[in-house]
Amino acid sequence: MSEQYQISARQAQLEQMVNDLLNEARQQGASAAEAAVSSDSGLAINVRKGEVETIEHTRDQGLGITVYFGQRKGTASTSDFKPEAIRDTVRAACNIARFTNDDPCSGLADADRMATDIPDLDLYHPWDITPETAIELGKRCESAALELDPRISNTEGASVNSHSGLHVYGNSHGFIGGYPSSRHSLSCSVIGQQNGSMQRDYWYTVSRDAKDLESEFDVGRKAGERTLARLGARKLSTRQAPVIFRADIAGSLLRSLISAISGSSLYRKASFLLDHLGEPIFPAHIQIQEQPRIPGGLGSASFDSEGVATYDKSIIQDGVLQTYLLGSYSARKLGLQSTANAGGVHNLSITPGEQDLDGLLREMGTGLLVTEMMGHGVNMVTGDYSRGAAGFWVEQGEIQFPVEEITIAGNLKQMFSQLLAVGNDEERRSSIRTGSLLIEQMTIAGE
Amino acid sequence: MSDAIQIAHNTLLAPASLSDSDLDRVMDQLLTSQIDAADIYFQASRLESWVLEDGIIRDGNYNIEQGVGVRAISGEKTGFAYTDEIALPSLMEAGRTARAIARAGSQGQTRLSRTTPQRQLYAPLNPLETMTEDEKIGLLRKLDAEARRQDPRVQQVIASLVAAHDVVMVAASDGTLCGDVRPLVRCNVHVIVEADGRREQGSSGGGARESFQFFVDEERALGYAREAVRQALVNLEAEDAPAGGMTVVLGAGWPGILLHEAIGHGLEGDFNRKGTSAFSGRIGEKVAADGCTVVDDGTLPGRRGSLNMDDEGTPSQCTVLIENGRLKGYMQDKHNAHLMGVNSTGNGRRESYAHLPMPRMTNTYMLPGQHDPGEIIASVKQGLYAVNFGGGQVDITSGKFVFSASEAYLIENGKVTRPVRGATLIGSGPEVLTRVSMIGNDLELDAGVGTCGKDGQSVPVGVGQPTLKIDNLTVGGTSA
Ligand SMILES: [Zn+2]
Repeated sequence: MSEQYQISARQAQLEQMVNDLLNEARQQGASAAEAAVSSDSGLAINVRKGEVETIEHTRDQGLGITVYFGQRKGTASTSDFKPEAIRDTVRAACNIARFTNDDPCSGLADADRMATDIPDLDLYHPWDITPETAIELGKRCESAALELDPRISNTEGASVNSHSGLHVYGNSHGFIGGYPSSRHSLSCSVIGQQNGSMQRDYWYTVSRDAKDLESEFDVGRKAGERTLARLGARKLSTRQAPVIFRADIAGSLLRSLISAISGSSLYRKASFLLDHLGEPIFPAHIQIQEQPRIPGGLGSASFDSEGVATYDKSIIQDGVLQTYLLGSYSARKLGLQSTANAGGVHNLSITPGEQDLDGLLREMGTGLLVTEMMGHGVNMVTGDYSRGAAGFWVEQGEIQFPVEEITIAGNLKQMFSQLLAVGNDEERRSSIRTGSLLIEQMTIAGE
Repeated sequence: MSDAIQIAHNTLLAPASLSDSDLDRVMDQLLTSQIDAADIYFQASRLESWVLEDGIIRDGNYNIEQGVGVRAISGEKTGFAYTDEIALPSLMEAGRTARAIARAGSQGQTRLSRTTPQRQLYAPLNPLETMTEDEKIGLLRKLDAEARRQDPRVQQVIASLVAAHDVVMVAASDGTLCGDVRPLVRCNVHVIVEADGRREQGSSGGGARESFQFFVDEERALGYAREAVRQALVNLEAEDAPAGGMTVVLGAGWPGILLHEAIGHGLEGDFNRKGTSAFSGRIGEKVAADGCTVVDDGTLPGRRGSLNMDDEGTPSQCTVLIENGRLKGYMQDKHNAHLMGVNSTGNGRRESYAHLPMPRMTNTYMLPGQHDPGEIIASVKQGLYAVNFGGGQVDITSGKFVFSASEAYLIENGKVTRPVRGATLIGSGPEVLTRVSMIGNDLELDAGVGTCGKDGQSVPVGVGQPTLKIDNLTVGGTSA
């Protein structure tokens, strides 16, 4: 039996389950309903010091149902796929809906917004890898890091992960859509020692198709090089300075933007970007867009978690906020239309600038290159920002020494307005793509 | 006293017509190759949540999870598989998959015998059923009204009520066969206040391994509503936080997240077996000031982080981590304890049947000292008084940790003066407690809101401490 046939048959099964859930909801009196079913299986192995450490066979499945009785809503979910469990789950959702209140904004997304085409976005490339092959791959990856330098003194090992699965969503408008997808990764984390103190760093590669993964030797070598670069880190004295967020961690600033312009933060008045639609948030050279249907994209989807067809959109054009990110509930709360962002964004990117990281370092001159952040010190209501950081101190565009045990602080609104440059060193391992970001000034706290 | 193992049997094994001798069969199959140890973890859980927002009960959710995880260990190698179908064939299949970690070898045989943990730190009740739905939503409405009654500047109130009923059973190759019924309730209130165009938030909550009555007793839940508003209003007045190294006084209770991040994670057995922690190989060394004694205690009745037994069937215990400033011990699960030649400390925990157990904290706190909290504040000329925190994080290898204050004040000439904006505090785990110069006599445990994440697995935990004075800690404000 071909792989393609098996996955189609499995998808038909899950679609049947969604229909069963919707029928059951109707029979139990719901006026509308939506259901999602997913099923995923995979292999996760970890190798440490040249020996296999863990082999995990994962098999996750889940179904969720939301029922509406007029404007009242109830949800329930389970990992149990037996027919009686489906009935019990719908009953539990209906029971919840007896006690929730009429909410004028609740309900399915509008019927005319449902995706009508579900193109193949090239998201499914199962990896036929045995535990033995994965173990050998992990061993080669780890040893590439361990052999790099005698100061690499210990290791957390190398991991190989391969997962593939199916997701199906349907609702009582008659919409039903599903697609298979896969995700594979290889990572390595090693520890270096110098003058009695230890540092750890890692590298990973991830893709939909295993043939797009970086080689195990590159992953191991980069993990080792990154660890070595951190050895001998010291604190800084407290100061104000420009800051570059290196591409591999810069996505977190865009995640803060996403959160601040998301409907749920806005209607709760829990965002520092409330009432900023049409306002300049970034300097005029900044463009940020969402492209949900990129073939093979890590965040690609042709419909959102309510079945609404996704579409390309500009989020920041010439520095100005063009749209909020809304699902149907928050859209109704705000008197706007859904932007097909129920459940989040699908492939967000900031247009790269001209310079690579070295160019950005030269533009900054003297300042801090941040390569790691710790903690969650972001207040989305006020934009106040204060996080632990590690990285490198830079003078005249050249890295001087590694730094640690410092914090960087500012206010996100101000930081966004002071985004001087975007690197062309685009991070491609995430559904949020960005180059390194240079911010004009932040407060660095240290000794 | 209801028997937890009987409830576990009735919930997990009986519906699948599984008997203890079936478990023996699965275990024997697991042990037919070179496997040193194996365990089977059955779990059934129910989770219910209700959310009030904008004055209405907007959402409710009910989640049903069940399944069984099978683990086989050979030396340092672990094989793991799980299934959400509790039935003999899928159990045998998961067992075959897990044991593939080791090939060929000896024949093993186990006879499981039921044991009952001596302790009952919480009743084996189903908290979902301890209030009617009308009572649950009535409680949420009262919280909304209470928060809005506090101050007209309250713009938004989000209140939530969550209950989990978790029934687990562990069978292990060392003969362990035991069960636990774990109730857990949680209530949270989040408010947004607005005045003169400035907005701020405050949030408060609590929880325990109890019935919902916990929130009614002592007006606890109403207290969360009042506290959330109080915090938000304080933050409305807050000025920029200072930046740089300074004396920091941490309030009692939840600021004990310091201990969890700075000390706790670095003392988990797996990191120390592998030598990847900044505390590795430092047992007996001085890592804290005199008078600092830190324990991890899973035996506190009703606490969020407490367990009658851990997820490997080992009774929880009170483990001394630091005794009068000296590093005393690590927290262990069975696997790491075995490899390090010590005993499990009852810290083997897992998020669910679909996750592998690891050494994890329970309730981690510092014992009280001599000083009156007022005396501690009065001793500080210039510094920060931090009383509420959001989350924290640690790099166990470098030892650097952070935790983020959500309510803090300046101390000027021995007095708490103006509130300052939230700021992250950063330090080095092996150093920070050596700078503790005064320990309060006011030990408090947190209200029952902690969740700890490690390797992608979340488990409920508790923290606590008395008021502490730390002579130098880096405060990440903006005002240099
Ligand atoms: Zn933790």
